[in-house]
Amino acid sequence: MKTIPVATTINGDETEFLCHADESLLDVLRDRLGLTGAKEGCGTGDCGACSVMMNGRLVCSCLVLGVETEGAEIETIEGMAKGDTLHPLQRVFLEEAALQCGICTPGILVAAKALLEKNPDPTDTEVRYWLAGNLCRCTGYDKIIKAVQTAAAEMRGA
Amino acid sequence: MAFDAQPTRKFNVVGTRVTRPDGVDKVTGKAAYGADISAPGMLHGRILRSPHAHARIVSIDTSEAEKLAGVKAVVTGADLAMPEDADFADVAINCLARDKALYDGHAVAAVAATSKAIAKQAIRLIKVEYDPLPHVTDVDAAMKPDAPVVQEGRALENVPAGMSQNVTTYCKFGHGDLDAGFAKADKIIERSFKTAATHQGYIEPQACMASLGNDGRGEVWCCTQGQYMVRANCAAALGVEESQLRITASEIGGGFGGKTSTFIEPVALALSRKSGKPVKIVMTRDEVLKATGPTISSSMDIKIGMTKDGRITAARGELRYSGGAYPNFTVEMGAQAAFAAYDLEAVETIGWNAMTNRPKEIPYRAPGAPTAIYAVESVVDELCQELGLDPLDVRLMNAADKGTLSSYGPTFNDIGLVATLEAAKAHPHYTAPLSENQGRGLSCGFWFNFGGNTCVSLNINDDGTVGVVEGNPDIGGSRASISMMAAEELGVPYDKVRTVIADTSSLGFNDITDGSRVTFAVGLATIEAARAAIKEMCRRVAKIWDIDEDAVIWEDGCAKPAGPNAGTHPPMTLAEIAAIAGNTGGPIAGHHEVNADGAGVSFGVHLCDTEVDPETGAVKILRYTVFQDAGKAVHPDYVEGQMQGGAVQGIGWALNEEYIYGEDGRLQNAAFLDYRIPVASDLPPIETVILEIPNPGHPYGVRGVGETPIVPPLAAIANAVSRAANVRLTELPMSPPRVLKAITG
Ligand code: FES
Ligand code: FES
Repeated sequence: MKTIPVATTINGDETEFLCHADESLLDVLRDRLGLTGAKEGCGTGDCGACSVMMNGRLVCSCLVLGVETEGAEIETIEGMAKGDTLHPLQRVFLEEAALQCGICTPGILVAAKALLEKNPDPTDTEVRYWLAGNLCRCTGYDKIIKAVQTAAAEMRGA
Repeated sequence: MAFDAQPTRKFNVVGTRVTRPDGVDKVTGKAAYGADISAPGMLHGRILRSPHAHARIVSIDTSEAEKLAGVKAVVTGADLAMPEDADFADVAINCLARDKALYDGHAVAAVAATSKAIAKQAIRLIKVEYDPLPHVTDVDAAMKPDAPVVQEGRALENVPAGMSQNVTTYCKFGHGDLDAGFAKADKIIERSFKTAATHQGYIEPQACMASLGNDGRGEVWCCTQGQYMVRANCAAALGVEESQLRITASEIGGGFGGKTSTFIEPVALALSRKSGKPVKIVMTRDEVLKATGPTISSSMDIKIGMTKDGRITAARGELRYSGGAYPNFTVEMGAQAAFAAYDLEAVETIGWNAMTNRPKEIPYRAPGAPTAIYAVESVVDELCQELGLDPLDVRLMNAADKGTLSSYGPTFNDIGLVATLEAAKAHPHYTAPLSENQGRGLSCGFWFNFGGNTCVSLNINDDGTVGVVEGNPDIGGSRASISMMAAEELGVPYDKVRTVIADTSSLGFNDITDGSRVTFAVGLATIEAARAAIKEMCRRVAKIWDIDEDAVIWEDGCAKPAGPNAGTHPPMTLAEIAAIAGNTGGPIAGHHEVNADGAGVSFGVHLCDTEVDPETGAVKILRYTVFQDAGKAVHPDYVEGQMQGGAVQGIGWALNEEYIYGEDGRLQNAAFLDYRIPVASDLPPIETVILEIPNPGHPYGVRGVGETPIVPPLAAIANAVSRAANVRLTELPMSPPRVLKAITG
């Protein structure tokens, strides 16, 4: 099978890659570009570990084809911190121990950031429903919800 | 090792909520998990699995697959050694089947190719001729004398003759006169229960990268709860020596017991040996659900007698567990744990394990205990309902305490059950009002905890910092706890200590990360290693000051003269001593090797409010509180995290999760869409109350905390649902159709 050239922007950097027509964006990120922050927990859109932003929308990168990203803007966990400054969500997740094994964490951070950009002051229930597509098997979600709310308050300047 | 004789020790570091050392990597996507590394020239491995629940493998023709361009190696069971030891042999046969496929999803062959796509294509070209055999997936059916036999000749000697050959284990625990006890009861309830198999559900599928040369030297990178266990399994399955294999544990994306065995590493090594290239294998979710994990499925009978004021007079349990297609001893732990929360005059628990055509059971958090305790706590709750008694008062009246002869033999030392029950009773949750269709349930939980073989090395660096080397994969923040205990003992700030996890060639043997053992046993070894280093530092300082070794003490991170007789030397800090170590005898380090005992059993109590929708049978968890004796909580955030995570896994087990087999013996729900683990919107906050009853077997009083929290939820929720729905539920999971059926009769 021939590969297809694709030009995208990933975390602000123009990026070109070759991929097969049936290759997922997740495989492209992980196997071709070395961006292994997005994880594959299922490959079927059920766990959210592969969450990335594509043109401002939260997507499961395992359900997007690499070739679909021609001309797109992709944001991954690798682009969330600015230099050595963590995003408030990243910092609060650490401070409030909102991760145990950490495998779900990149996906949850990307999803939570997307939520707060849309809705800077969500209720707990809104956070829980927004994150319902991101499985975490370790934490029982309690500290994750609290950390998202702490970061949200901080980002609102509350 | 005994609890320090410092009853009111003031901790500086232990008990605080410091930031974990691996945290930044984990929130920025840098941390390297099982599937995250690659090697130049690496091949991709893929495994072909049986579509049959039970079948003789007549022949395997790999020639077409081998001819496909890009395929570099194909292996079958014949490419692995057949270890003499039965446990190693089971692991090897589970990695690649020999003469029979024992369950839907059993690995039969594997390929390594230059791309994932070619590997996927190649396994379809392997021709396996199967001769399908009758199968059995239900534990009660498997125990019938005429059941299809999964494996022959595997029963232990004490299993009575005349039973199905599937029955491999029989065990019995207890004491006292049951008949006399039941005769004293005012009310006896006897009930049967069934529970479905569930999966640990770690979000990271098993993954490894392996390389093995024809000189017998190999390297493996993998996500595992025990690199030394992987080494032993691989050495046995490949017929190579342990010293020639170096296993490095990656960051691990959840395990919960599920990564205490080996499924793909020997296969990757065999493919690498044949192809001469490194081979990476990453399991799919479908493979994880079909071929790794699950817990036991169970069928249980419980009989308990109680006086009208709530005293239990006698208790008997019979547990029938199936651990899948191989012999299994989980039922022994279930039988021991079943009645552990009670101080009983007469008790007996009998356990059986029967093989079925299901994947090999792998431990899941407190293996065996949740189901047994679910059944026992359900009957205790029903007795309370029938006799009009307060369920917490009844537990308190019958609670095991220090000096109780436990239902499984040992006499308990200091335990925290009574304190935990009292905390639950005093909590506002217990008396909060409930509305229509709502019910409150509670359950006690118990786990043994474990110590085990442990090695730790602690190095004093020349700049006054400290390196700790331990051998247990960090599954939920344990590097932080270990660094905290080292800092506490040495009297240095937490951020001066860095703890790393060694590969198998860099540190002596360590048992796997299991049994809630790491913070306890690795912590204990770390404290001892620190004490060894302190002793050496004091010796060096004694030399400098030209006084007796005993005249130097260690306080607040400094060597000081023990008293006025020792002279008036200014204290020397750890950093000062480290800086001149080269002049006082060379590098300074401490180490400790131990097979730790004294882990200290742990108890928890969970309170749960549910609402049952009478129209659909759906259950909503309204409120949930976890009370647990943690011993000294080294890092309270991560103790709470264990309590919350375990509770939610138990909620999934109670309400949604189950292995569903069809008539054809095939697993029908091998995906997260159909094997539904709890999501954030299913749940309320999980409140936690930590009790700290010091464990006498640890210098700081630490107990393991990781496993106990999954034990009580099954019964706490079943009791809440049974009270809300006014009907006793006796089968898990309590999925909406099952609850609706119970309500409508
Ligand atoms: S890997 Fe994409 S949703 Fe699970
Ligand atoms: S922290 Fe392990 S899955 Fe979320």
